[in-house]
Amino acid sequence: MLHIGPNNPAKAFHAFYLGIAVSTLCFTQNAFSSSLNMTEGVTSVSKEIYSLHMNIFWWCVAIGVVVFGVMFYTMIAHRKEHGAKASNFHESTFLEVLWTLIPFVILIAMAVPATSSLVKIYDTEEADIDILITGYQWKWKYEYLGEDLSFFSNLSTPNNEIYNRLEKNPNYLLEVDNPLVIPTGKKVRFLLTSNDVIHSWWIPDFAVKKDAIPGFINEAWTIVDAPGIFRGQCAELCGKNHGFMPIVVEVKPENEFNQWLSEQKAVAAKLEELNSTTFTFEDLVTRGEQVYLNNCAACHQANGKGVPGAFPSIAGSKIATGALSDHLNIVIFGSQKNPAMQAFGAQLSEADLAAVITYQRNAFGNNMGDSVQPKEILAFKQNNK
Amino acid sequence: MSHGPAKGIGRWLFTTNHKDIGTLYLWFSFSMFFIGGFFALVIRAELFEPGLQIVEPEFFNQMTTLHGLIMVFGAVMPAFVGLANWMIPIMIGAPDMALPRMNNWSFWILPFAFAILLSTLFMEGGGPNFGWTFYAPLSTTYAPPSVTFFIFAIHIMGASSIMGAINIIATILNMRAPGMTLMKMPLFVWTWLITAYLLIAVMPVLAAVVTMMLMDIHFGTSFFDAAGGGDPVLFQHVFWFFGHPEVYIMILPAFGIISAIIPTFARKPLFGYASMVYATASIALLSFIVWAHHMFTVGIPLVGELFFMYATMLIAVPTGVKVFNWVTTMFRGSLTFETPMLFAVAFVILFTIGGFSGLMLAIAPADFQYHDTYFVVAHFHYVLVPGAIFSITAGVYYWLPKWTGHMYNELMGKTHFWLAFIGLNLTFFPMHFVGLAGMPRRIPDYALQFADFNMISSCGAFLFGAAQVVFLFNVVRTIFSKSKASAEVWEKPTGLEWQLPSPAPYHTFTKPPVIQ
Repeated sequence: MLHIGPNNPAKAFHAFYLGIAVSTLCFTQNAFSSSLNMTEGVTSVSKEIYSLHMNIFWWCVAIGVVVFGVMFYTMIAHRKEHGAKASNFHESTFLEVLWTLIPFVILIAMAVPATSSLVKIYDTEEADIDILITGYQWKWKYEYLGEDLSFFSNLSTPNNEIYNRLEKNPNYLLEVDNPLVIPTGKKVRFLLTSNDVIHSWWIPDFAVKKDAIPGFINEAWTIVDAPGIFRGQCAELCGKNHGFMPIVVEVKPENEFNQWLSEQKAVAAKLEELNSTTFTFEDLVTRGEQVYLNNCAACHQANGKGVPGAFPSIAGSKIATGALSDHLNIVIFGSQKNPAMQAFGAQLSEADLAAVITYQRNAFGNNMGDSVQPKEILAFKQNNK
Repeated sequence: MSHGPAKGIGRWLFTTNHKDIGTLYLWFSFSMFFIGGFFALVIRAELFEPGLQIVEPEFFNQMTTLHGLIMVFGAVMPAFVGLANWMIPIMIGAPDMALPRMNNWSFWILPFAFAILLSTLFMEGGGPNFGWTFYAPLSTTYAPPSVTFFIFAIHIMGASSIMGAINIIATILNMRAPGMTLMKMPLFVWTWLITAYLLIAVMPVLAAVVTMMLMDIHFGTSFFDAAGGGDPVLFQHVFWFFGHPEVYIMILPAFGIISAIIPTFARKPLFGYASMVYATASIALLSFIVWAHHMFTVGIPLVGELFFMYATMLIAVPTGVKVFNWVTTMFRGSLTFETPMLFAVAFVILFTIGGFSGLMLAIAPADFQYHDTYFVVAHFHYVLVPGAIFSITAGVYYWLPKWTGHMYNELMGKTHFWLAFIGLNLTFFPMHFVGLAGMPRRIPDYALQFADFNMISSCGAFLFGAAQVVFLFNVVRTIFSKSKASAEVWEKPTGLEWQLPSPAPYHTFTKPPVIQ
């Protein structure tokens, strides 16, 4: 690039595109390197899509070589400073027809395999497992249909890493508390919807990307043959924390999956039992602290002080130090004024709601001394529907 | 016969002169270009490395939204209207635009529209934060209160564009000099004629979609709310029915500019004039039946998916014809590379690269991987920055001596070009890689594997920004320069504008020129 100067632009162009050509070469040399090219993925669909992608990429390279080749040739050979005299030709029906027909034929060659892949991707019939995926601002809910199991999946990267106070771990922003777990070798159908705005569920290694739309259900499917952990992100702008709602899928062999499923069900049954238990004050506060860190601290902060101007403080707040019913109301049904404060009534169990509300009223120097039991939460929900 | 402009600020407020209004549009667009560019640099500064450093996600989303809106509606579209105002009456041998008073009005409502839009940044809850495509319900139920001002601003911009388009059509169809038949018009006039029809067809659709939002937000309707019987996807259909022709609105006049510049510096007539006209018209017609290729992942049925995939791929044919014609125009010419030609050549190359990635995006199954990633960001910036911005820049350098009567500084022009060219490629080429590797668009923070390329992109963006300062300086310097430009400016260029003295007198072609 040292030769770039105002008087030899063609050479500079040349040098620049030599650079691009070299990087293109690297690009294909490292076709499997995930930092430069599309992942080949782990499913038959993702591999088909990868080959469609490479196929059309090479067509583009070939067309580019011809077109830019002619262009650079003329920019070097037909320069006025080298005495080139201009011709006067300016029409050729033959050429126009030729360069209309050739691209048309190439397009057909590309459309045929694309069509067959698309037909395959759209075949969501005869699934072995159905999972309902619901997008929330800003987390995912996974529900195993017919299995009586559902849970939320939140970003687990600590705020301290996001705000550069701690060193970032290798899975920075691509890690969650509860990954989705699916078995190998089974056709898993994803039913996608949303609780609020449009989200988009995407795992590059499965080549599954489908929008989660409030009020509608979309379908997608995958079959993964080998176990592994696969990561993706929400792909549709969904508000403030759009960049902070990753997706992690853990693929397990069928027997491990079944074991996981029964464990999770046992845990869920235990949690359900808790909803009718009466807790001691200390148990509520201890449990509440964990619930708070998982669900509230992203906005209200671990110290309960919030972020001035954006997220209200819980320490000393009117609600957390005021009437219990107002506190229950905002946590269970959300805020009317501020959609960022979601309704947690359907997201957390009664036990967790009781625990976190008790915690908030007694932590951060709030010292209200009162508490609320799961049964009271249930009653409040039913009375205020 | 010829009298000069009025004195003082009144000249600009009350002017009905197409050259004055063209100048107003161009300066307005230039200032919006810097504001939108500043927003882009805020984005790139935040994305310089992983983690949140400079802005919070909430403000980041306002920056991405306003960057897009300002660049599309404030920088690119008014610049093309400005060039149309200046050049179309001259190119067809008319004394002025057909509807001069409406011309004044269509310009002067624009600053108000953008003042309203920018003022939302200072409102409670911040400015629009839902992306320039403002998908419902993020832009309705979940929008900040300032969305109402955003809707009003869009309405004003739409009214301005429709008036501008009506004026251009009326001018071209009624005011051509005797002998200036349609198939003798310069391509810039042709491409603008077709663009103006696109504007009239789709700006009302944009107005409709923002009005439906207004209704949903304030008057209890549920166009985009499933709970009330509506459909969030309806928003996308209506928006992209506007949005896809809109992207051609931003590129067709560019084709016209490039088709004027390449023949001049190749010293050879444009190759395939008639096929260029037909290709432009085909692209415009196709633009109405491809909108759902922006929505391949919303779950449209298989047959719909196939239809939009095939229709989208077809666009490659007339677009290819254009590129082949430009290359053949250059072929066996007598080429020189003054600044306008450098920008024009870069346009052809980089726009073609943007076209390639567009073709890749058209393949619906592959789009499932590309959609909403930086690959898309790379694609439309390769189409719009070298496409719209480079062609406008090329046009400004090409006609600036005609407008001002002075020659710009060639060395500075070339410096501008090389800085912009390198900056642009550094900024946007790596975005292909991070997009393919899986980086979603519109995120304020990203996983560690995307770090290196994002840093390169951010450096490139600041270089590109610096290049535009050189541009501004060169333009201002030209206006106050002492060097006189000749009437022809270039070597035997074709077109009526070169028969006028430089600078072009305040009133031109009050008697129609003779066209052979």
